[in-house]
Amino acid sequence: MNWRLWIPLFAFAAFLGLAAYQLTQPKDEFVESRMVGESLPYFELPPAMAGVNGIGSTDFADGEPRLLNIWASWCLPCIAEAPHLENLKRQGADIVGVAIRDRPEDVARFLAQHGNPYSRIGRDDLSEVQLAIGSSGVPETFVIDGQGVIRYQHIGDVRASDVPVLLAELEKAR
Amino acid sequence: MIAELGLAALWLAAALAALQMAAGFLALRDAADGALAGLIRPAAIVQGVLVTLSFAMLVWLFAVTDLSVKLVASNSHSMKPLVFKLSGTWGNHEGSMLLWVMVMGLAGALIALVERRLPERTMNATLAAQGVVSLGFYAFLLLSSNPFERLPVPATEGMGLNPLLQDIGLAFHPPTLYLGYVGLSVAFSFAVGALLTRQVTPDFARAMRPWVLGAWVLLTIGITAGSYWAYYELGWGGWWFWDPVENASLMPWLAATALLHSASVLASRDALRTWTIMLGVVAFSMSMVGTFLVRSGILTSVHAFAVDPERGTFILALLGIFIGGALLLFALRANTISEGERFALASREGALVFNNVMLSAILAIVLLGTLYPLLTEAFDVRVSVGPPYFNPVGAIFTIPMLVVMAVGPLLRWRQDRIDRIGKEIALFAALVLAALILTSLLADIALLPLLGLALGVGLAVASLMPLRRRKLARTPLATWGMVTAHFGIAVALIGMASESAFTSERLAAVEEGGSTSVGPWTVVLQGVEPVAGPNWTAIQGRVSASYDGGEPVVLTPQSRNFWAPPQQTTESALVTRWNGQLYAVVGDRSPDGRWQLRLWWKPFVTLIWYGGLLIALGGVLALVGRVLSDLRHRRLAARIADRRADREALS
Repeated sequence: MNWRLWIPLFAFAAFLGLAAYQLTQPKDEFVESRMVGESLPYFELPPAMAGVNGIGSTDFADGEPRLLNIWASWCLPCIAEAPHLENLKRQGADIVGVAIRDRPEDVARFLAQHGNPYSRIGRDDLSEVQLAIGSSGVPETFVIDGQGVIRYQHIGDVRASDVPVLLAELEKAR
Repeated sequence: MIAELGLAALWLAAALAALQMAAGFLALRDAADGALAGLIRPAAIVQGVLVTLSFAMLVWLFAVTDLSVKLVASNSHSMKPLVFKLSGTWGNHEGSMLLWVMVMGLAGALIALVERRLPERTMNATLAAQGVVSLGFYAFLLLSSNPFERLPVPATEGMGLNPLLQDIGLAFHPPTLYLGYVGLSVAFSFAVGALLTRQVTPDFARAMRPWVLGAWVLLTIGITAGSYWAYYELGWGGWWFWDPVENASLMPWLAATALLHSASVLASRDALRTWTIMLGVVAFSMSMVGTFLVRSGILTSVHAFAVDPERGTFILALLGIFIGGALLLFALRANTISEGERFALASREGALVFNNVMLSAILAIVLLGTLYPLLTEAFDVRVSVGPPYFNPVGAIFTIPMLVVMAVGPLLRWRQDRIDRIGKEIALFAALVLAALILTSLLADIALLPLLGLALGVGLAVASLMPLRRRKLARTPLATWGMVTAHFGIAVALIGMASESAFTSERLAAVEEGGSTSVGPWTVVLQGVEPVAGPNWTAIQGRVSASYDGGEPVVLTPQSRNFWAPPQQTTESALVTRWNGQLYAVVGDRSPDGRWQLRLWWKPFVTLIWYGGLLIALGGVLALVGRVLSDLRHRRLAARIADRRADREALS
């Protein structure tokens, strides 16, 4: 029996084991922000349309926890999450919006059609704030505590099942 | 009705594959049983006909856009041009798997029809092994990816085909690679058949060689075409990204290249028996591993295929049965295969063995780099392995391989002296050194491209040296094939080195009427206008470019918007000159009204693909040469047999 002849089989078995293990693992394609636990970086954004307030990082340091929602009028999942944001607002959450690469007239049309859950909406033309807080896509929702520290990141659209999770995170951040 | 006919043909073909397998193994166990053995060849032939019929039915369904079939509804669209409707047949998981088994069935039928060199027992074992492999794929198709599934309610309109794939390149790139993979599966069946009957002979190598050559030619063309498609369609200006899917096609190619050379040694010198068998198994394993990595989605890749864990599990199970079984058989049997002829280190075989080892090392490096993220992810570490690993580590083995490749074909079989070809080695060394010194004096470029250029120049000349002192008209076609393929490697190498050393890039915001420059080109953006195609609209830049102040050429790069499904693609525009390509992409409009223009000047980049085509042409020449000489031998053998029969009849 020549043991060297068995090497290919064992190498293959190792590959098979690894591949089988990886197949059973759920695939996580999300890029999580490294900013969770850090303070918001300094920023100031102009209003996204006439009649709303813009936002700055200093607005978050008033002791109240808030939701920061990254969205855009051109984003389809944002339409899907609109009713759930509305629901969050009804249950007492203060939601601040950041409109990514958007135009004031489109923002106005979107809010007229799908409702406006936001207390303020900033306009982020260059994805500057989005990148600074470690968001890699639209929509994403962050929980910011009363000291302006990022506490939690939700990637993708907010669904019905996410509403209680976000409310609990807001409570924790108090 | 058409769909049901296709499905029925597919089931029947699967049943025949089972018959082919069972009869083959039973005949192998009981050599006296001629009745069973007589079934094997007809089973293979009828199976080939049935599976072809099944595939034809699917093509028909796509041609008429039958939206009651799920596969058509989810991958086609009534508004697509006909050629893309047809290519849509294999532009999806189920259809491409059906294409795979069809080619496999045709290959089996062809072997059953024409292959008469091998002993009947080895032939039966080979066809039995082929039956096992086919049956696995039939099971995969019929049980988990039925292409003929009907929708309960016919769709009113199809979902369309990914716009990136609506390109003539796609119509040919995947099937070419598939044909190559299947060719390797035939080599695999031959290897398993030879292991089962312990008859690893030069005849076995000769029977296997055309299949390996054919597979290798198709893989070469497939990889070359895929690289060019990525280059002009993705709009990134690169031609190779070390993406897992690219690696998945490169690994079988590397293994097939090694197999090709070791089969040559076995065919002409009866040496390297176990090594050839091993490579036969490895080459097909790499095709399967590649298919698994691509289809299971366990690696993140720019190629987003229809990813499905269930299919991944199925392919993994097939992989385990085929490759695990073959390797187990190898471990048990390889001992009993005698070693074959010996040879000296300084000989043609010695050089071929050295290059085989280098090719295997490169294969191992690519495999390791591709699987490494999989390994680290098991420990929750995310890494991405790219050019900084593949390029230098691969070069460590590629450079010695290129050197030996330059001089190896000049050595004689069995035993030779290095000093006999001293002059040729000196010429090669002098060329490489001269190119090295000259380029490093004239231009400031990185080490790897510099070495690549120098070795490419040396190899281009050295690869033609086997033709010296030969009567060209009487040189066998196979030798011409070798020379052409080696020369092609040199050409491609020069192209790659030149592209990475001398490319200049310019990203500019240009207003209409404004100009910019890249390398020796002056580029003017004359205007931007909307245009419409059959299923897309686009903005199209009209760019005039003049080389070194010469006559301007107009290019029209586009940014296309498809509406079924909605997606944006960039269509690059190219100007090809003998000494390189200008590559232009038009991007978004900035708020101040200027347009983003991205330009590259890539000197001699086209040599990469010309080299690839030359390599493939070399393979074709060798293949034709081998098949012709095989036919000649057969005719001679038949004439000798006739004459002997006459003589016996006379006496």
